[in-house]
Amino acid sequence: MNKSIKNFVAAIGIDLRLVGMVGALVALWVVFDLFTGGRFLTPRNLFNLSVQTASVAVMATGMVFVIVTRHIDLSVGALLGFIGMIMGTLQVHILPQYLGLGHWSIWIITIFAGVSLGAVVGAFQGWIIGYLMVPAFIVTLGGLLVWRGAAWWVTQGQTVAPVDTTFRLLGGGSEGTLGDTLSWTFGVLATVAALVMMIQSRRRRAKHGFTPKPLWAEYSLGGIATFIIMGFVIVMNAYPLPKGAVKRYAAARDMEIPAEGLFISHGIAIPVVILLLVGVAMTFVAKRTRFGRYVFATGGNPDAAELSGINTRMLTVKVFALMGALTAIASVIASARLGSVGNDLGVLDELRVIAAAVIGGTALSGGIGTIHGAIIGAVIMQSLQSGMAMVGVDAPLQSIVVGVVLVLAVLVDITYRRRAGL
Amino acid sequence: MDKKTPLVEMKNIHLSFGGIKAVDDVSVDLYPGEVVGLLGHNGAGKSTLIKVLSGAYQADSGEIYVDGEQATINNPRDARAYNIETIYQTLALADNLDAASNLFLGREIVNQFGLVDDDAMEAETRRIMGRLNPNFDNFSSPVAALSGGQRQSVAITRAVYFNARILIMDEPTAALGPQETEMVAELINQLKADGIGIFLISHDIHDVMDLCDRISVMKNGKLVGTENVTDVTDDEILSMIILGKKPGQAA
Repeated sequence: MNKSIKNFVAAIGIDLRLVGMVGALVALWVVFDLFTGGRFLTPRNLFNLSVQTASVAVMATGMVFVIVTRHIDLSVGALLGFIGMIMGTLQVHILPQYLGLGHWSIWIITIFAGVSLGAVVGAFQGWIIGYLMVPAFIVTLGGLLVWRGAAWWVTQGQTVAPVDTTFRLLGGGSEGTLGDTLSWTFGVLATVAALVMMIQSRRRRAKHGFTPKPLWAEYSLGGIATFIIMGFVIVMNAYPLPKGAVKRYAAARDMEIPAEGLFISHGIAIPVVILLLVGVAMTFVAKRTRFGRYVFATGGNPDAAELSGINTRMLTVKVFALMGALTAIASVIASARLGSVGNDLGVLDELRVIAAAVIGGTALSGGIGTIHGAIIGAVIMQSLQSGMAMVGVDAPLQSIVVGVVLVLAVLVDITYRRRAGL
Repeated sequence: MDKKTPLVEMKNIHLSFGGIKAVDDVSVDLYPGEVVGLLGHNGAGKSTLIKVLSGAYQADSGEIYVDGEQATINNPRDARAYNIETIYQTLALADNLDAASNLFLGREIVNQFGLVDDDAMEAETRRIMGRLNPNFDNFSSPVAALSGGQRQSVAITRAVYFNARILIMDEPTAALGPQETEMVAELINQLKADGIGIFLISHDIHDVMDLCDRISVMKNGKLVGTENVTDVTDDEILSMIILGKKPGQAA
C-alpha cells in the first residue's frame, strides 16, 4: 500500500485490516459489475444483497463473541430452524385460536417467545460447556443434530405457512421497507448520532489532557461516515417498487397511478435496520460494558481472566445465551423473508456464519475480532455467492471459490497480524 | 518487629494433587514492611503455596490469618478483598488488551451508567506509570506488542495500584535485563518503606540476600526452615535448598 495512504489511515485511527476488508469488498463488487455488464452495482441488486445478508450477519455478530472466547457454535443453523418452526407453529396454529387470526399482538408474542427460547437453549448449551467442561465443538455438534431433529418433530416435517402479515414485514419484502421519507430520517439520525459521538469522544479525551487527533483527521472521518450512511440511503431509495406492488400501494392510499407510472422507493429494508441496530448494540456491548471487556480478556488469556476474579464459566453461559437470542432474531428475519417455515430453514447457516466471522478478522485462537468486521465478512460471503450466480458460475465451482476465498482470507489475516507483531 | 501481629500467617497448609503432596504442612508468616524470600527448587511447592494465598488454589487443610484474624480465601476476588495482590511469573496479562485494560481488569473504572470508562482508565494508567516507569509510553497497543520490561511494569503496576498491603512476587526479575532488575529492586525497597509486606519467590540467591529480611526454604513440599538473612551465609542457604538441611545441623 502507498505510504501516504498508510499515514492517512493511521492518522484518522481506522484499523488497517478494516480498510483492507472494505477494499476487498469494493474490488469484488467492481469485478462482478464488469462481468455482469453493469447488473451487479444497481440499486436493485444492492438492495437484495443487503436483505440476503441480514440473517447470517446478525448471527455472525454473536459468533464473534463465541469465537473470541475460544469456543465455536455449530448449532446455530439447526437452532435457527428449530426456533423458526416453534415461532411458525405459534403464530399460525396456536395464537390465532386464542386471539383470532391477524390479531395485532401475534407477531410480538411470537418474537418474544422465539428470543426467549433461543436464549434458554443457548444458556443450556453454554452451561454444559462452561460448567460441565464438555468442549463447545462437541456440545454444539450434538446441538446441530438435536435441534434439526427437534424442528422436524414440531410439525412432523410439514411446512408452516403463511406467517402473520405484520411478522412478514420483518423479512423485507416489497412492503417490508422504510420507504423514502423514513429512510432519509433514519440516515440523518444515524449521521447526527455518529458525529455527536465523535465530538463527545474528542471532548472527553481533551478533558483528560490526551493529545487529540488532528482536526483534519476528525473531519475526514466524519465525512467518510456521512458519505457511507447517506450513500446507502440514496441507493436504497433509488430502487423503485415493482408495478404490482405500486398498484397495491396506490390502492391502499386511494391514489391514481399516472400514465407514466409512479416512482415509489423501497428505502432501507426492515431486516437491514434490525441488522444495523444489532450491530450497534453488539459493538456497544463489546466496547463499553464489563461483560464485553471480560469476553475479550478471557479470549486473550483465560488464566489471567480467572486470576483477575472474572467468573469465566458464567461468562461462557452468557456468551452462548446471547448467541442463542441472536439466532432467534436471525430466525425471525429468515422465516419472515420466506413467508413460511420449512424443514430446511437455516441448513448450513452455521458454516456461513462462522465463515463470515472469520473472513471478518475473528481469530479462532481467541481474543481478536470485531463486530463490524463480521458484518462486512457476511456481506463479502453473500456478494461472492450472488455475484457468481449472476455471472453464471456453475454451482460446484461456486462452493470451490467460496472455500478457497475463506482459506485465503484467513491466511492474509494471519500474515498481516504476524507482521504487525500482534 | 517480632512483637507486632503478622500481616499474614499461613498455618499448617496442606495441598495434594492426585496423591502428590505439593504442599505438606507448611507454615510461613509475614510482617509489615518485611520481605520474606521463598526459596526452593522447581517443584518444591513454593508457587503452589503462594497460589493458595492468592486464591488460585484452595488448600486441603490449614488456616490463613490476615492481621491476626482468620481469613477465608476461596478465589482471587477474595484475596483482592484482603488487599493481597500477586505478580505471577507468567504476568497473567491478557495479551490482546492494552495496558490500561490489563491494569484495571476485573476492577474497571465505570461511569454513572456502569459503562467502562476507557479514557479515565488510560488517564490513571498514564499518571501511575509516570511515577513507576517514566519510560513507558505505549498506551494504545495490545500488551503483546510491548517489551518484556514494559509488560512487567504493567503487571507490577496492577499489583501496587490498588493499595496492596500484601504483595506476592513470583520470580519478578526472571525475564528482565540488569537495568530493569535494578528498577524492581528499588520498587521493592520503596514498598517496604510504605509498610507493605512482600513474599518474594526467586531463584537468584543474590536477589534474595540483597532484598529479603528473612527466607523460608521449601523442598519436596515441606518447609525446611525460616531464617533471618543476616544470620546465615550463602552456602548455608544453598545447603538448605539442595540438601534440605537446616544450618547448624550435623552433616
